[in-house]
Amino acid sequence: MAMTGLDIYKLTPKTNCKECGFPTCMAFSMKVAAGGAEIQKCSHMSEEALAKLSESTAPLMKTVVFGKGETEYKLGGETVLFRHEKTFVNKNRFAVLFTDKMSPEEVDAKIAGMKEVCYVRIGEEMKVEIAALKYSGDKDAFLALIKKVKESGLKVAFMLICEDVEVLKEALELVKEEVPIVHGANKNNYSEMVQLVRDKKLPLGLRADNLEELYALTENVQKMDYKELFLDPGCKSIKEAYVNTLQIRRTALKEQDRTFGYPSILFVNEMANGDKYMEVALSSVFTIKYGSVIVLSDMDYARALPLFGLRQNIFTDPQKPMRVEPKIYSINNANENSPVLVTVDFALSYFVVSGEIERSKIPAWLVIPDAGGYSVLTAWAAGKFSGSVISKFIKESGIENKTKCRKLIIPGKVAVLKGDIEDSLPGWEVVVGPDEAMHIPKFLREM
Amino acid sequence: MAFKTSVQKYTGSINKLEFGSGENSKALGGENVLPFYTFDGNIGGKPLIGLEILDVYPEKWLDELQQIYGDAANNAVQWARFVEEKFSPDFICLRLEGADPNGLNKSPEEAAALAKEVAQAIKVPLVVAGTQNHDKDTKLFEKVAEVLEGCNVILLSAVEDNYKKIGAAGVLAYRHKVAAESSVDINLAKQLNILLNQLGVKNEDIVMNVGCAAVGYGFEYVASTMDRIRLAALGQNDKSLQMPIITPVSFDTWSVKESVASVEDAPEWGSQVERGIAMEVSTAASVIAAGANAVILRHPGSAETVRKLADALINN
Ligand code: B12
Ligand code: SF4
Repeated sequence: MAMTGLDIYKLTPKTNCKECGFPTCMAFSMKVAAGGAEIQKCSHMSEEALAKLSESTAPLMKTVVFGKGETEYKLGGETVLFRHEKTFVNKNRFAVLFTDKMSPEEVDAKIAGMKEVCYVRIGEEMKVEIAALKYSGDKDAFLALIKKVKESGLKVAFMLICEDVEVLKEALELVKEEVPIVHGANKNNYSEMVQLVRDKKLPLGLRADNLEELYALTENVQKMDYKELFLDPGCKSIKEAYVNTLQIRRTALKEQDRTFGYPSILFVNEMANGDKYMEVALSSVFTIKYGSVIVLSDMDYARALPLFGLRQNIFTDPQKPMRVEPKIYSINNANENSPVLVTVDFALSYFVVSGEIERSKIPAWLVIPDAGGYSVLTAWAAGKFSGSVISKFIKESGIENKTKCRKLIIPGKVAVLKGDIEDSLPGWEVVVGPDEAMHIPKFLREM
Repeated sequence: MAFKTSVQKYTGSINKLEFGSGENSKALGGENVLPFYTFDGNIGGKPLIGLEILDVYPEKWLDELQQIYGDAANNAVQWARFVEEKFSPDFICLRLEGADPNGLNKSPEEAAALAKEVAQAIKVPLVVAGTQNHDKDTKLFEKVAEVLEGCNVILLSAVEDNYKKIGAAGVLAYRHKVAAESSVDINLAKQLNILLNQLGVKNEDIVMNVGCAAVGYGFEYVASTMDRIRLAALGQNDKSLQMPIITPVSFDTWSVKESVASVEDAPEWGSQVERGIAMEVSTAASVIAAGANAVILRHPGSAETVRKLADALINN
């Protein structure tokens, strides 16, 4: 439970010495409780009081870090149940599952798939971030698998899935420097598991047969003062996985119970049981509702395109839509004969359109007026991407000095603007472009 | 301490809306909790899954889709029967694309006559979608409502521009249901419901189409709008937002690059139909997790996956 100002006041020396910058210990305590001052400002607190405080002022959900260097990721740390309340902070990460039972060909194929699906969308790199390596009985094969994936050249973080402490010990020798997630602490092995991961602070995944047992297990692990944790809501049934995931997040944030204040691991691969579209469906549900690590059986573009796009959407900050600077952009070294295309300052629209112009390899100018950061139709409907906005920008931006070409290509979705723009821009020919940006290369080549 | 299930009780609930006629009618909504939050209360009816067909041959659809339907797609009546028998959707959405003024510009009479034949040929309830041209849709729905009297269809959609005529003819005169369409904004959704209500349309006869986007294309606004609408309906007992939601997912997902680009356009992306299905499945799964009570889909494979998902979220 969060501490009140009064709770905090009880821990101060109550001397009102003012060193903290506040007139009284009480005033200071109230401010700390409201999140407006840091407890460290008072140098007269006892160790014990500080510990108690940091415990209760800690975020409700812990941020857990794993991986290393360019593959270091953070999960957890969420503060709200709905993204319109504030924002979801640490986007879920996708893993692909490998086991020691897989044939070398199968392993190679998965590695190749993971390498192939790696692209940039609106400035963000899209790829599988985690290799999930599961032990299913053959130790030598498991160790060989870890080596193989490690040496494959894949840039990924690791997750070792294994409940056998002895096997894990050897496995960790191979990858502990990479700070893998270690998954498989249960009610029987948890104390040895904690011993195993403690000195390197490796995140430990906890699993149990049901939520009650998972809760008890987490309490036990916390009693050992270990808090780098992931919780596994289970995957025996889809309904159970969904319900447990919701309960874990709600218990942490709404009931303010830190026992469940950790990120989750969802084995969507097992729930979907080989059905690729079901993996897509479940991954989507858990991207919206509180999944942290989402494990798939494989990655390909059919899965990646929707899932990474959805994730990018859900984890944008609702308070600041993604915008680009309104200005003239030169694409493919535009020159004095290049045509002019116009779009809006919504980052997604800019990204899609500029990408397609690049793909056409034709030098062109892309001009972007201030359209409020909205998509083409939204901006148009809001009156921010009108004929006058566009023609004013053409006149004032200086584009007329950069190119002699007087062709202005407008988005097909706002074809209605053609007449308006032509009326106020004598000398320019307004050409209606395609509706969808993907047809821009063909359109430019044939123009 | 022992774990205790966290339960959230709400004062409001979502209206139950029935469409179709007789024993073949289907119900939407009825829940008093967030989607599939079985531990909080009553989750209402299963989300309904409808398949989209057109009143004209689907020239622009993928080859794979055209092959699935073969000759049947030449005639909406046969197409509807084929879909019903083969894929047993919860409902069929007949989209009157042929009436689009920028296309074949069929008359309302012609389009409505076909809609009637389709309705008579199938047992499952019908959703009739317009052209998205507001003027044309007004005339279209007035006629459709009249000739389909007794079929209790959903007219998709009425917007702020044309709700008066569609509401009056569609619901008040001929007793159908109307989908109130707004563009991803809780206040706009609420306002249109209130306007319809003032016209005399009962809340129970309204279903909302609160806007959609394919995943990756501004979908965060769709998800948050649905979250906010549901929280207001349940938590604040806001009667003007307690209508069930229908989302025409396929109308958006099949026109984004991920679904449209052929293998020649994007060789590294692989099978086009797989991408199309995956975009549709992902968007549909996301909207039903955000609160949609019905989705309209195009590929029968997507429908099968989304149905399995919904079943699995409800039953162990
Ligand atoms: C998300 C969204 C919003 C978000 C804004 C997000 C944003 N930053 O833009 C919010 C919720 C704020 C919003 C608000 C509104 N919206 Co809005 N919104 C949408 C939605 C769902 C998705 C838009 C999107 O992100 N598209 C993706 C981008 C990439 O598309 P794009 O910019 O058009 O770019 C594509 C093409 O145009 C092309 N392209 C782009 N540039 C160029 C340039 C050239 C030269 C070429 C050739 C091609 C090209 O390439 C891109 C990919 O192919 C759409 C519905 C839909 N499914 O599309 C409605 C939609 C655009 N909104 C609509 C409306 C009416 C509004 C509001 C006016 C509602 C209101 N009355 O308040 C407001 C306006 C804002 C305000 N109040 O000031 C309507 C517009 C109707 C119309 N036809 O006029 C739509 C179509 C919904 C609908 N069906 O009613 N909206
Ligand atoms: S520094 Fe500490 S003891 Fe001094 S007034 Fe502030 S809270 Fe009280």
